[in-house]
Amino acid sequence: MNSDIVVFLVLSLIAISSALGMMFSRNAVYSALFLVLNFITVAVFYLLLGAPFIAMSQITVYAGAIMVLFLFVIMLLGAENLAPSKSLPWQKPLAYILAFVLVVESVYLVISRAQVDKFISSPEASLNSMDNLREMAMTLFNQYLLPFEITSILLLVAMVGAIVLTKQEKGEQK
Amino acid sequence: MHLSESVSTGFFFLAPWLVFAPLTGLLINLIFSKWFKFSENWVGAVASLASGAAFVVSVLLAYSVSLNHGEVVRWKLAEWIHVGTLNLDWTFRIDSLSTTMMLVVSGVGTLIHIYAIGYMHEDVRFKHEEGRFNRFFLFLNLFIAAMMILVSGDSYMMLFVGWEGVGLCSFLLIGFWFEMDTLARPSWANSNAAKKAFITNRVGDFGFLIAGFLMFWYLGSFQFDEVFKAAPEIAHSMPWVIVAITLFMLVGVAGKSAQIPLYIWLPDAMAGPTPVSALIHAATMVTAGVYLVTRSAPLYTLVPQAQYIVAMVGAGTALFAATIAVGQYDIKKVLAYSTISQLGFMVAAVGMGAYVAGMFHLITHAFFKALLFLSAGSVILGLERGHHAHAHHVAHDDHGKKKKEGKHALSKAEGRKEEEHGHGGGHDEHGEVFDPGDMRNMGGLRKTMPVTFWLYMIGTLALAGIFPFAGFWSKDEILLDASLHFTSVYWQLTIAAFFTAFYMGRQIWMVFFGEARTDAAKHAEESPKVMTVPLMVLAVLSVAGGALNLPFEGFHNLGHWLGHTLGEVEGLPLDMKVAGISTGLALLAILISWFLYGRNPLKTGEIDPLKKPLGPIFTGMEGKWFVDEGYFAVIINPFNKISQFLADVIDWRFWHDFVHDTVILGTYNWLSEIALNEYADQKGIDGFANWLGSATQSVSATLRKVQNGFVRSYALSVLLGVVLILGYLILK
Amino acid sequence: MVPVNYYVALSAILFSIGALGVLIRRNPLIIFMSIELMLNAGNLAFVAFGRSYEIAGGQPFFSGQIFVFFVIAVAAAEVAVGLALIVEIFKTRKNINIDELNSLKG
Repeated sequence: MNSDIVVFLVLSLIAISSALGMMFSRNAVYSALFLVLNFITVAVFYLLLGAPFIAMSQITVYAGAIMVLFLFVIMLLGAENLAPSKSLPWQKPLAYILAFVLVVESVYLVISRAQVDKFISSPEASLNSMDNLREMAMTLFNQYLLPFEITSILLLVAMVGAIVLTKQEKGEQK
Repeated sequence: MHLSESVSTGFFFLAPWLVFAPLTGLLINLIFSKWFKFSENWVGAVASLASGAAFVVSVLLAYSVSLNHGEVVRWKLAEWIHVGTLNLDWTFRIDSLSTTMMLVVSGVGTLIHIYAIGYMHEDVRFKHEEGRFNRFFLFLNLFIAAMMILVSGDSYMMLFVGWEGVGLCSFLLIGFWFEMDTLARPSWANSNAAKKAFITNRVGDFGFLIAGFLMFWYLGSFQFDEVFKAAPEIAHSMPWVIVAITLFMLVGVAGKSAQIPLYIWLPDAMAGPTPVSALIHAATMVTAGVYLVTRSAPLYTLVPQAQYIVAMVGAGTALFAATIAVGQYDIKKVLAYSTISQLGFMVAAVGMGAYVAGMFHLITHAFFKALLFLSAGSVILGLERGHHAHAHHVAHDDHGKKKKEGKHALSKAEGRKEEEHGHGGGHDEHGEVFDPGDMRNMGGLRKTMPVTFWLYMIGTLALAGIFPFAGFWSKDEILLDASLHFTSVYWQLTIAAFFTAFYMGRQIWMVFFGEARTDAAKHAEESPKVMTVPLMVLAVLSVAGGALNLPFEGFHNLGHWLGHTLGEVEGLPLDMKVAGISTGLALLAILISWFLYGRNPLKTGEIDPLKKPLGPIFTGMEGKWFVDEGYFAVIINPFNKISQFLADVIDWRFWHDFVHDTVILGTYNWLSEIALNEYADQKGIDGFANWLGSATQSVSATLRKVQNGFVRSYALSVLLGVVLILGYLILK
Repeated sequence: MVPVNYYVALSAILFSIGALGVLIRRNPLIIFMSIELMLNAGNLAFVAFGRSYEIAGGQPFFSGQIFVFFVIAVAAAEVAVGLALIVEIFKTRKNINIDELNSLKG
């Protein structure tokens, strides 16, 4: 066991436990905070994988903007806690079983089909330099220019959509 | 096309305008009169000018023919039918015979057009249908055009086109007042008269067509010259062919020229407006048969048997119709039978081969019979005017009285009734029928309508054959020809001439002399100038028309003129014996008529003085010898019975009730109700469709439970799918 | 030296936890968060695979990262619209329990 594995396992443990914490928290605010922790952990994984730009995006966009939005909505709606209901009694056990089967299946698939010779070494200094960022930008703006522009349009549409959806109709009384 | 050298000097190029001129008038009135709101005078002027233009063209053509010394000119307008060996062109034939007919048709036609402006103005006014004025002139122009085609055609086919065209116009004009009748007869009386004329003419046309078929089959052509050229050979080898052609043609002549046995339509045709009676049913169209025989002279000359039959038919008609005319009371009916009788004279003449005499009588008859008819129209209108004025006066008084008594009770019905008073003067104030054409309603018109009286006198003397009027010369020529060859025809015609003078005398005494027998006759008024001036022209022609063919050495002008076409014949000198007998008989007849009708004028409601001494004979004359009834008994009733039988028994009971209802419908019902409906449809197709429906329903009722509306359970099924797919990938 | 398989396995586990969260929670906000978690799991796999396929010069295969970049952008858009929808649903029904939003029941 080298140090890389150790770091990976520790981080994995944090990621999984924070994910479970998000899922099982009764209070939605705790869930959101657990998710933030999970995102940060995943950002560290990105750094380990030599993707500093993605790591920064992860922290600013996900852990920062999106989760703040979530917290904002939770508190706005007062939806921290919802009264329990017994509408779907067989849903929960079935969900557990299926999720377990899914984990087993996917892990089995990963282990059985993956190329065993692929290893990821810890990032070299050059990978985290500005060269890396420049190369990525070159790829993004040459090879993926059209998807990039489409994404910008998508964001614009989402923005307009959100405004339209929450906008108060004229004459509508609160 | 035989175009002689001198064509360029003549006016033959105008020939198509014989037809185009009246057609132009027709089109102008048809298209523009509504746009530019032509007044009645404009419409009449356009139509009269169109007819007048045709007359001018006729004059120019006649002049050209005389320049050409009577040579036949055929002016080809267009190709018509070119099939196999049949080569027919639309060619105008201009020779002395056709130009003579053109002159008569367009000349008399134009005068009648002018007269009709005045007549129709009042007629439509009396009948409250002023919108029809224009239509009348459209028909008249169409008639002139068709008649021109008839007389100018170069083949039997073209002649037939005109023949049918004038028949159509005749039909349209007899039925001009097709939906109204002022004599309290059923409203379809006028249209029935039109149909009778049309159908009777169809019988004649059938004969004409058969003649045409035979002609084409054996002579190979319709063109006059070719037919006449081929005829003698056939007459030599197969004489019956020519006999058949000429006799079938005689059937056509009998239809169009109202000869026995097809004359019955002509008296009924008097239902049309009087100018129509004058133009079509006296002066022009009915002479088409005479023209046809004259035109076919080369054929008839080949077969004396047929000629003899034609002459006998003509003479028989002349006598027969003359006797009927004696017993008639309607002023126009008398003239109608007189026309039939005179047409009999003409047909007899052309049958005897005296074509010039026949044509001569045709021309003079056109003059004086048009004159008589138009004067009769003037009399009728005068009576209507008188009746209208009088009835209106009385009705007005009546109305005023009622107004005083009835306060507000003047109902709408009364108002309507009063409107009806105006209708054609047909009803007087008590709703009784007043017939302005009935001679018993007249009397004493000499004083109230002097102009008409003198004109009528001239026409009567011409018709009666009194020296020196036109009728004397032409009738005398026919009698002279008959006396030389056909004694029986001669005597028949002579007796007919006696009757002619008698019934005309009777008419004169009844209409113009004595005292007025009705208020209408008392208040009758003279007709306007537009009507009387054309009459004066015709009167002059009736007086002087005899000068066309005076039977003296150096005259015989018409004979020479027609001789270009018909072959020169020697003009007969005046035979004092024949002329003396006919004139003497005519004078005697007038004297007798004076004795009966003039000396003791008929009083109101008095029966005819002839009725007592003659008894059943007069009843026969009055009832037209019951020929119509005979036709009814022999042809129409059996025909009705047969059609009744066919309709009722064969069609309705057998075909409809039995075959359709019982056999076909029954089988069909059984098939559809039992076999198809109950088994195939209800149990088979419906069963399957219903099963499909209920199956779908039950399946969906089960499936809809899946759709529970919980989004999480949907997600669960998605995950289930993912798990299953992954499992499949693992186990693969 | 960590095998790529480890990263992928971790990604699979996180994905399954997210799916489970979608299935068992009734609060739409938490369902949303679970979905975000699943997206994250996917991103992780992307980056890991991109890293494992190196191109010349020790540079990673950038397409993986660029895909992640797009996923983040789309997730942001999705969150914006989704949260707006939730707010709107809350405004009309005064309740956001996902089990009570079953008016599409067949």
